[in-house]
Amino acid sequence: MEKRVIFKGWLLPLLLLMPQVIITAVFFFYPAGQAIWQSLFIPDPFGLKSQFVGLGNFEFLLGDPYYRASFVTTAIFSGLVTIFSMGIALYLALLADRLIKGAGTYRTLLIWPYAVAPAVAGVLWLFMFNTRVGVVSWYLGLLGYDWNHVLNQTEAMGLVVAASSWGRISYNFLFFLAGLQAIPRSVIEAAAIDGARFWTRFRTIVWPLLSPTTFFLLVVNVVYAFFETFGVIHTITGGGPQQATTILVYKVYSDGFVGQDLGSSAAQSVILLLVVGLLTVIQFKFIERRVHY
Amino acid sequence: MATLKLNSVKKRFGKTEVIHGVDIDIAEGEFIVIVGPSGCGKSTLLRMVAGLETVTAGDIEISGKRVNDLEPMDRDIAMVFQNYALYPHMSVYENISYGLRIAGVAKDEIARRVATAANMLQLDAHLKRKPRELSGGQRQRVAMGRAIVRKPSVFLFDEPLSNLDAKLRVQMRLEIKALQKELGITSLYVTHDQVEAMTLADRMIVMHDGVADQIGAPLDVYANPATQFVAGFIGSPATNFVPATSLATPRSGCATVGVRPEHARIVHSGNGHATGIVTFSEALGAETLIHLALPSGEQFTVRQEGSMPGRNPGEHCGIDWPPASEIHFDAAGQRVTAR
Ligand SMILES: Nc1ncnc2c1ncn2[C@@H]1O[C@H](COP(=O)(O)OP(=O)(O)OP(=O)(O)O)[C@@H](O)[C@H]1O
Ligand SMILES: [Mg+2]
Repeated sequence: MEKRVIFKGWLLPLLLLMPQVIITAVFFFYPAGQAIWQSLFIPDPFGLKSQFVGLGNFEFLLGDPYYRASFVTTAIFSGLVTIFSMGIALYLALLADRLIKGAGTYRTLLIWPYAVAPAVAGVLWLFMFNTRVGVVSWYLGLLGYDWNHVLNQTEAMGLVVAASSWGRISYNFLFFLAGLQAIPRSVIEAAAIDGARFWTRFRTIVWPLLSPTTFFLLVVNVVYAFFETFGVIHTITGGGPQQATTILVYKVYSDGFVGQDLGSSAAQSVILLLVVGLLTVIQFKFIERRVHY
Repeated sequence: MATLKLNSVKKRFGKTEVIHGVDIDIAEGEFIVIVGPSGCGKSTLLRMVAGLETVTAGDIEISGKRVNDLEPMDRDIAMVFQNYALYPHMSVYENISYGLRIAGVAKDEIARRVATAANMLQLDAHLKRKPRELSGGQRQRVAMGRAIVRKPSVFLFDEPLSNLDAKLRVQMRLEIKALQKELGITSLYVTHDQVEAMTLADRMIVMHDGVADQIGAPLDVYANPATQFVAGFIGSPATNFVPATSLATPRSGCATVGVRPEHARIVHSGNGHATGIVTFSEALGAETLIHLALPSGEQFTVRQEGSMPGRNPGEHCGIDWPPASEIHFDAAGQRVTAR
């Protein structure tokens, strides 16, 4: 079906592939190999020698209630971040899609938060909700609500979810808006003439036609919530209180670099590697036959 | 079954007015075709009837009820779009039954109606397919099926055949006409193709720059064009227009004289109402079109039997026609003497 270029020798194709191969090797295979290798050892506290333990690190992790708790935390956290960031983005995109005047300005304004780095976003939200000087917590105090995410686990989770979703809404909004605008106007008009009102149209026409976009965003956002939210968590809660916001990536960091348990940390990276691998496979499987219609 | 009435309907987009007041009165079961050049406002007019565009001024009435402020779904109409606008993720069956399912019609009733429509449109074998697996003509039929199963009181068509090849267009034209006669549903059909308009219409509306120049039965419009625009637009090859003063015996009381190509004939140089130099001739078999340049600069086309002698480029000829076949227009392009 697709056109293929047939090379006569092997030197040129090899050279053409080289940059990609080298980059992947240096930045992915080498560290991934290191992680796998390290996950089989327990180094002594001073890092002078390490002892081979086979799959011991993994066995320990799977039996560790803290690690299992972190899995649950991650699931809740990424689920909430994905739902909020995608739901709000879709809502805004639906509104913007009906907009005729000022659509450009509106879009530009909505895109700005995406330019804010997660760690900076974290600091912004931290200041707003700071238990002593935060604007929002002060107003909440006036309303008689005592905001304290430093002690309250639910509030801590809520805050990191909000901060992580916030920057993400712009990104999702862009994709949703593009997806909505790719739906031919006449199809929507035909449905209106056929008797479908706004919500019926959304349910039966818009949502199904948007599904490739939605699915793509779903995978991308889960991956984001898993990995790129490190900065937000680090700046706002540092994984606390009582590990209530310690997602898997944060635990890799805190066990490895704070707790100095490099073997366990490496084993956790390997598990994360498998999770990403799985997500990627799912994504490609669906994207390949993404046209559900 | 319904009547459709437009009372001095106007449409403005921002500051530009594109429909300058159109009046139409359509009887029950009538097939009305709106024809006009690209950009004259045909689609806009149709979309206002459908409720897809707001009406700036005037009234639209369906069966005597003012519908200006009703949503499309409350107007009891069906529309066939130029690009068909099928739901790409639904099968043919689901496409056709969509409106019925939303209306909450019983399952077996839906199945019965879709089967009837599919049978009528020869779609039985394709009900399970998706639109992308259909040919252009089949998609067109699905769009028709979607319109007819709901038994609306008015059909609207926006150039439904313009994406089909010439042969299919002729076939579908006949099918649409037959279907409309069979169902007897009041229809408003938009096209820029005058042959389509002539063959389909009970009455046709010739639109020009947002104004309905003439409304009437196709042959009446052809024989008695109300304006110079209509005379030039309806009929192919187009009517010849000659300045009244440039004729052998200048006409008084009009600015331009229109002559249909089939009414004119070539005579010896010096005879007839006008003279011209042959620029080229097209022998089409049954007929021959001879194109001439008049001294005043106008082009003039004569249509004659294929068996008559041809003419060579550069030949000087006289052109003659029966005075009764002349159509007179004033300087503004309006018909002078209604006959
Ligand atoms: N949404 C709009 N905003 C501004 N102007 C518009 C809009 N829609 C149509 N117009 C203008 O209104 C005029 C009539 O457009 P319309 O689509 O009705 O023409 P039409 O007769 O259907 O032409 P065609 O045969 O090419 O489809 C055009 O000059 C067009 O530029
Ligand atoms: Mg049009």
